[in-house]
Amino acid sequence: MSRPYAKLPGWIDYGLIPLVNVVVAFLVAGLVVLAVGESPIEAAQLMLRGAFGYGEGFGFTLYYATNFIFTGLAVAVAFHGGLFNIGGEGQAYLGGLGVALVALNLDGTFPWWVNLPLAVLASAAFGAAWALIPAVLQAKRGSHVVITTIMFNFIAAALMVYLIVERLRPVGSMAPESRVFTEGGQLPKLEGFFALLGLDLGGAPLNVSFFVALAAAFAVWVLIWRTRLGYEIRTLGFSPKAALYAGMSQTRLVVVTMLISGGLAGMMALNPVMGDQYRLQIEFPAGAGFVGIAVALMGRGHPAGILPAALLFGVLYQGGAELAFDMPAISRDMIVIIQGLVILFAGALENMIRPGVGAAFQFVRFRPSAKTVQGELGR
Amino acid sequence: MDFATTLNVLEATIRLATPLLFAALAGLYSERAGVFDISLEGKMLAAAFASASVAAVWASPLLGLFAGVLVAVAFSLVHGLASITYRGNQIVSGVALNFIAAGLTIILGSAWFGQGGRTPPLSPGQRFGDIALPGAEALSGVPVIGPIYAQVISGQNLLVYLAFLAVPLTWFVLFRTRFGLRLRAVGENPAAVDTAGISVTWLRYRAVIICGVLTGFAGTYMSVAQAAGFNRDMTAGKGYIALAALIFAKWKPVPVLFACLLFGFLDAFSIRIQGLSLPVVGVVSQQFVQALPYILTVVLLAGFVGKAVPPKAGGVPYVKER
Repeated sequence: MSRPYAKLPGWIDYGLIPLVNVVVAFLVAGLVVLAVGESPIEAAQLMLRGAFGYGEGFGFTLYYATNFIFTGLAVAVAFHGGLFNIGGEGQAYLGGLGVALVALNLDGTFPWWVNLPLAVLASAAFGAAWALIPAVLQAKRGSHVVITTIMFNFIAAALMVYLIVERLRPVGSMAPESRVFTEGGQLPKLEGFFALLGLDLGGAPLNVSFFVALAAAFAVWVLIWRTRLGYEIRTLGFSPKAALYAGMSQTRLVVVTMLISGGLAGMMALNPVMGDQYRLQIEFPAGAGFVGIAVALMGRGHPAGILPAALLFGVLYQGGAELAFDMPAISRDMIVIIQGLVILFAGALENMIRPGVGAAFQFVRFRPSAKTVQGELGR
Repeated sequence: MDFATTLNVLEATIRLATPLLFAALAGLYSERAGVFDISLEGKMLAAAFASASVAAVWASPLLGLFAGVLVAVAFSLVHGLASITYRGNQIVSGVALNFIAAGLTIILGSAWFGQGGRTPPLSPGQRFGDIALPGAEALSGVPVIGPIYAQVISGQNLLVYLAFLAVPLTWFVLFRTRFGLRLRAVGENPAAVDTAGISVTWLRYRAVIICGVLTGFAGTYMSVAQAAGFNRDMTAGKGYIALAALIFAKWKPVPVLFACLLFGFLDAFSIRIQGLSLPVVGVVSQQFVQALPYILTVVLLAGFVGKAVPPKAGGVPYVKER
């Protein structure tokens, strides 16, 4: 069985194979669209038009992509350390608590540009704190981080409902949400910035946390590939035995990796809570933590792959919302299917497509060209 | 709580524990064979949808059950393909199946029935009805035991009794048959099973198929017996609670029964606890009781209440040496 797993050139491994996986996932999704009696091609066109066709749609696309950059990076960092953090959803939820605490307490005191770094720190700290117990349990007691982070998602959901409804809800209000933040707790929208580029974003909620997400992507690249800690994390993921042999502390690495991962997931809360809704609502992450899994797998754990993958899911979210108007049979839940299919083909079934692509490559590469055959005959 | 309320809670405990029991036993077969399965949730959901759809269209709960089982087995086979044949990451595969089930049930449901993801409500004849056990009427006059027998034990539907029968059956299959011995061996040391000339692949596939059948029962119970029709996301995390119960029970059939009853009880209890004041602790929030199964599982996983040791080869694809 050595041949199908033979080493392939980088552009195939990191470019072609992920692309083929995603294409297959979309083909299967197309079958679902066919099954409900709509045209997949028309659906794709409507979706693209909804996501890119006009300024406001594009703004929404980038707004959703911002969420997925954060959660995708979170899952990717854990992947590099050989850990599977399914708890992004819960960590983002708790991150929202951090953002809200900063905004609720300081929105009348400081302007947004003072509150932003504070909210970044608070969201990262709360997200990381929610990842701490699963991390310590994995490192010290060997209980599987996958199971504990799933459990912590549910615990987070119960805890946040309790906190929002019983503690943060203003007296006399029925809606399960905190009070609305005043100006100091509202991140500015990017309409003005994009207007300079000649694009009218309309009412899209794209805000400065988009730049925070880009900065986070760059920081993750530096961390994983340009620092000592990143090297250690990758060693741990590649071979825990090698890490141990090299004298790296497994306990410390597992905990630190999960804290970074949880912190990134927590920072996702900035975008919806402080950038769009200006209040803490129940269930605001709306599945973004789980989309991060698909984004990280599709982007192969590299920020350069995660950014386009996040954009793709931003297109699906925004385009999908538009699509639901024109094709009522295809609601936004279609995206959940696509998300699942991408995870299936780019993650679980990656070995299914790889041997075929590898064999095709070997065939193309080693097929003797007509010229060399003639030359050999002539001699 | 007076006696009547206690009976009500007990009766609800049985009803709420049943899907957990099916799903946890399903997970037991799969994980004991070395295939981790966090897609119990997705399979239950898909089965609940399939069975409710078929039961509504062909007006037969048995046909519904058949469809539910079929769909859950199909999901299981995809999981098997990814994690056994192609040696993919079993967790990733499970996550993927959960999403596919969540989306697919809503999309197909709205396309077929046009009710926003719900299936048409089932009439009593299209569901599994309650079965009165012999003597329930006669014994109900006897103090204490009578009402317990008449209200809690009798008058449940067929699938409830099947779920409870599945526990001793699973114990027997796993610990008293050759197949069970091999299934457990393949989860602990697949190389040894391979050396004995038994196909690791086929054994594991059989385990995931059994897992599919049982999750099919779990899903069907939820939509065709417990409720009258399918609602979007109706499993609402039950698959994960079942997974928690499985871990809580340390991958053993009889403890699974007690874990499921405990979690079912917590579920039944959380509905009644709102505004209730308990001695010592005072008013307990409903959210806390809802989170309790998960908290208990984490505490157990932490190793403070005995240690939960998963099957040794769980999650590791088997690579035959060449």
